[in-house]
Amino acid sequence: METLINDYDAAVIGAGHAGCEAGLALARLGIKTIVFTVSINSVALMPCNPNIGGSSKGHLVREIDALGGEMGKNIDKTFIQSKMLNSSKGPAVHSLRAQADKEDYSRSMRQVLEGQDNLTLKQAEITELLTENGEVKGVKTLTGMVYITKVVVLCTGVYLKARCLCGEAITNTGPNGLKAANSLSDSLIKAGVEIHRYKTGTPARLDGRTIDFSKMAPQYGDVPVVPFSFSTDPSTVQKEQVPCFLTYTNETTHEIIRGSLDRSPLFAGVIEGTGPRYCPSIEDKVVKFPDKERHQVFLEPEGLHTNEWYVDGMSSSMPEDVQLRMYRSVPGLENADIVRNAYAIEYDCFKGIQLKHSLEFKNVKGLFSGGQSNGSSGYEEAAAQGLIAGINAAMFIKGREPLIIDRSEGYIGVLIDDLVTKEGFEPYRMMTSRAEYRLLLRQDNADRRLRRKGYEVGLVSDEELAALEKKEKQIYSEIERLKGITVGAAGNISEFLLSVGSTPLATGATLEELIRRPELSYEKIAPIDPDRPKLSPDIIEQVDIEIKYKGYLERELKQVEHFKKLEKKRIPTDIDFTRIHGIRLEAQQKLNKFKPENIGQASRIQGISPADIQILSIFLDAKDRSRFEEQHS
Amino acid sequence: MMMNRENDTIAAIATAPGRSGIGVIRISGSDALNIADGLIVSKKGKKLDILGQPSHTVKYGFFYDGNEIVDEVLVSVFKKPRSYTAEDTVEISCHGGSFVLRRVLSHIIKKGARAADPGEFTKRAFLNGRIDLTEAEAVMDVISSSNEFARKNAMTLLRGGLYKRISTLRERIIHETAFLEAALDDPEHYSLEGYSTDLREKVMEMITEIEELRSGSDTGRILKSGIKTAIVGKPNVGKSSILNLLTGEDRAIVTDIPGTTRDVLSSEIHIGGIPLILSDTAGIRNTKDMVEKIGVERSREAIEKADLVLFTVDSSSELSNEDTEIFDHIMSLRKNCIVLLNKTDLRNEQRKAFDFSCPVIDFSVPEEKGLEELKDTVGEMFLSGKIKADEEIYITNERQLMELSLSKECLELVKKSIDDNMTEDFFTSDLMDAYSHLGNVTGESTDEDLFDRIFSEFCMGK
Repeated sequence: METLINDYDAAVIGAGHAGCEAGLALARLGIKTIVFTVSINSVALMPCNPNIGGSSKGHLVREIDALGGEMGKNIDKTFIQSKMLNSSKGPAVHSLRAQADKEDYSRSMRQVLEGQDNLTLKQAEITELLTENGEVKGVKTLTGMVYITKVVVLCTGVYLKARCLCGEAITNTGPNGLKAANSLSDSLIKAGVEIHRYKTGTPARLDGRTIDFSKMAPQYGDVPVVPFSFSTDPSTVQKEQVPCFLTYTNETTHEIIRGSLDRSPLFAGVIEGTGPRYCPSIEDKVVKFPDKERHQVFLEPEGLHTNEWYVDGMSSSMPEDVQLRMYRSVPGLENADIVRNAYAIEYDCFKGIQLKHSLEFKNVKGLFSGGQSNGSSGYEEAAAQGLIAGINAAMFIKGREPLIIDRSEGYIGVLIDDLVTKEGFEPYRMMTSRAEYRLLLRQDNADRRLRRKGYEVGLVSDEELAALEKKEKQIYSEIERLKGITVGAAGNISEFLLSVGSTPLATGATLEELIRRPELSYEKIAPIDPDRPKLSPDIIEQVDIEIKYKGYLERELKQVEHFKKLEKKRIPTDIDFTRIHGIRLEAQQKLNKFKPENIGQASRIQGISPADIQILSIFLDAKDRSRFEEQHS
Repeated sequence: MMMNRENDTIAAIATAPGRSGIGVIRISGSDALNIADGLIVSKKGKKLDILGQPSHTVKYGFFYDGNEIVDEVLVSVFKKPRSYTAEDTVEISCHGGSFVLRRVLSHIIKKGARAADPGEFTKRAFLNGRIDLTEAEAVMDVISSSNEFARKNAMTLLRGGLYKRISTLRERIIHETAFLEAALDDPEHYSLEGYSTDLREKVMEMITEIEELRSGSDTGRILKSGIKTAIVGKPNVGKSSILNLLTGEDRAIVTDIPGTTRDVLSSEIHIGGIPLILSDTAGIRNTKDMVEKIGVERSREAIEKADLVLFTVDSSSELSNEDTEIFDHIMSLRKNCIVLLNKTDLRNEQRKAFDFSCPVIDFSVPEEKGLEELKDTVGEMFLSGKIKADEEIYITNERQLMELSLSKECLELVKKSIDDNMTEDFFTSDLMDAYSHLGNVTGESTDEDLFDRIFSEFCMGK
């Protein structure tokens, strides 16, 4: 006998990094929300690498935080090492990465969910999506309960029909032997969702007591630590950190792998899913880069209360005996014991092009999706989508416009736009080079880019907004002050400039102009600017960047202007592209399939030429004009 | 670089390509009058005042490119909004054939106009409300068909050397970019220590390479050496007189005695802007005379080496076996050939009609007849890609030239960033811009190239 439960307006399926953000966003926006997970012990589980952030992913975490998400705050509470990558490079590619205590991270996030009003956490496998006339009605659990809801947010990660491979041993389980969700895919297919199969993998975890760290190079964190969250007080994150360790594979390792390729499910053709090229298994690397004499291996602690170490650089789906031999061929790992085997995992995910930019399915009203199940990879990519899907599911219920971040506003925008307008063929990972306006989309200014949007949505508090406004005011007035102070060719100024390796002034220059010199900075000119106010490091950073990179920033802003123009040219949803005269057949079909919402999106679809776009624009102009003429005749 | 493509001034040949005598170049946009001003001079060499020329009037003059008179022209001025595009428009009617048109256009672009996209005039006319809705569909047709034409045309013209050189250049650019991005993405794995210095050197080489590709292309034409052209025919059909006419100087000794021209004389001439390297040849005939025999051998060699053969026959007498033999030899080598029926001034009207499987031109040196037709024919053969000089590199399209310049500018920005001590992440966007401009020359897209490269060439990830 089915029991109907009408207590919730929103159901979130999955409590990984996407599900947590989606559930929290919905509940915080006042929506009665239930979050389902196959295992209550696996909330915000980190089944792969023990870190958050890194190149471009650090940007995502900052953006999630600026919008009012939880990931940044949670890692600030639970990190055990933190490092700003690329700090010697330009500000656009600085990226924060923190090693997490995995268990702490998971426990801490679970506490946040459990303490959240309007949010119920429930262990249950969802087996069916209920729809009626292309609209979501609710979900059904394996144990027969039916939840009637207005929206459903899919955050199923890698659990749909998951299959783990470790050599000849194949199990139908999710990560870490957790239960796979084997029924939901079929129900989704029935509702019109298109599914394909991806693959990813993870390396082994080794017993720390059996690792000889003296043969490896330690890698330490930064002092001082910069927090992820704009709301975290920096003084609260200055704590003792643990090192990671660097070692390398060698020819012996590669020989062992080459000699056992016939037993690799990857090369024996047992794996059907498409894996990511940017995160290849060690057997992949050895085969694809035969000339490389060694590959880097990074040993990372899984937490403070465990002996387990994660072997970054050596993910694999080889049989256990091969794994043991190959790990043990690496200096420092000669006697290592494996705690958990490396494995590859295959799973069902959704074709991104079925989604709108709001992450709602185009053909099922009220059905949203966020996370790895949309074809991405990585905790941060998942969380970012979960947040947007959650926000927009709430907006849907409230009858408000969806929140859409465009490519000029954030990495989140780039991520979602790529996922929904490009036909992916491998798990998608964020990279800074995917962002066209990289210098504008820095991790240091994510709050200035997105805080207000988060506030409008309702996830950012008045205090948080006030903090941003105060910060911006300080930045502006400091830049104005620097513009207003002129120094001349006086002896003491020349002396100072020479002493810091710069050239003396011939005529007067403002302090702002001096900061722009490559060899100088805000900090460096302190001796000739005795009256400067006391400012916090984050404000000084903004002042420095805005002054030093002014020309480059202005150039990108101009490009953004052009980009925005195209994004604003809307394409009516009822348009049949095959009826537009002059567009090539191939392009017509592509356009009909993707149904772009504006000219900008259309131009990013692969296989659409500039000429097709011109024709499309003219067609739309003509249509507008005829409508105008009809109304005024 | 993103330009403002909606309000700038554009120019293009507005008449259909072909062998029609007259062609029109249209310049449209706020700068049209300024650009045209100073380009047209009167017969006495005085500059015509285009800025002051009333709308809807026509003036007569000569197009002057700063060095020489290019063509005799008519200039029409249409001031906004009373023009086809509803913008200020200048139309220059030339009658020098397609190559003169190209020279004129290329000079106008040098003066600041942008080469128009296919259908762009009509598009502007539509957007400015000049043409009605039913015509909008026609515009789309124009764009789609000319786009297809342009693509095919680009491919035809980009055979051999140029295509390879540009691809290699793109290859080098994207390799560097992929390395940079791999290192930025995975800084603990790939180091950029000392990389800027290396890159600067590589970028300098690339800039030089693009300059080479561009050099000699002022007329939008050929880069590097010209089309090797042999004038052949049996003795005394007037080859040397033709050579003299083409070169305008007395390079070969001309007599009526067969076999007089014994040396292979070379000379570079320009026909409608296309450089031809001419070699006059000793007459081809079977001879026992030793001196003459060397000449004949050389002539055969000249045919073999030539990209284009001008086969000359004497139309005042019947076609001889000797003529047929030479022609068959040319055809057996599958050479591009134009037949010059020389001495039409002395033509015997009773002679049999000649039947050749290639272009035939009536030619007369004393009457200077056939010269224009020869220019047009060479031009058309060249434009259609029929004449393909070996190892030849040529760019015929103004847009392609513009893209080459733009890619060079981008590389110069990279160099500037390096010299300004900018960090490595600032190099990528200019490198990729250079890459995509080069892609526009060869008609290749850039979409996912960079990521493919990063993943295939550099080992990334956990």
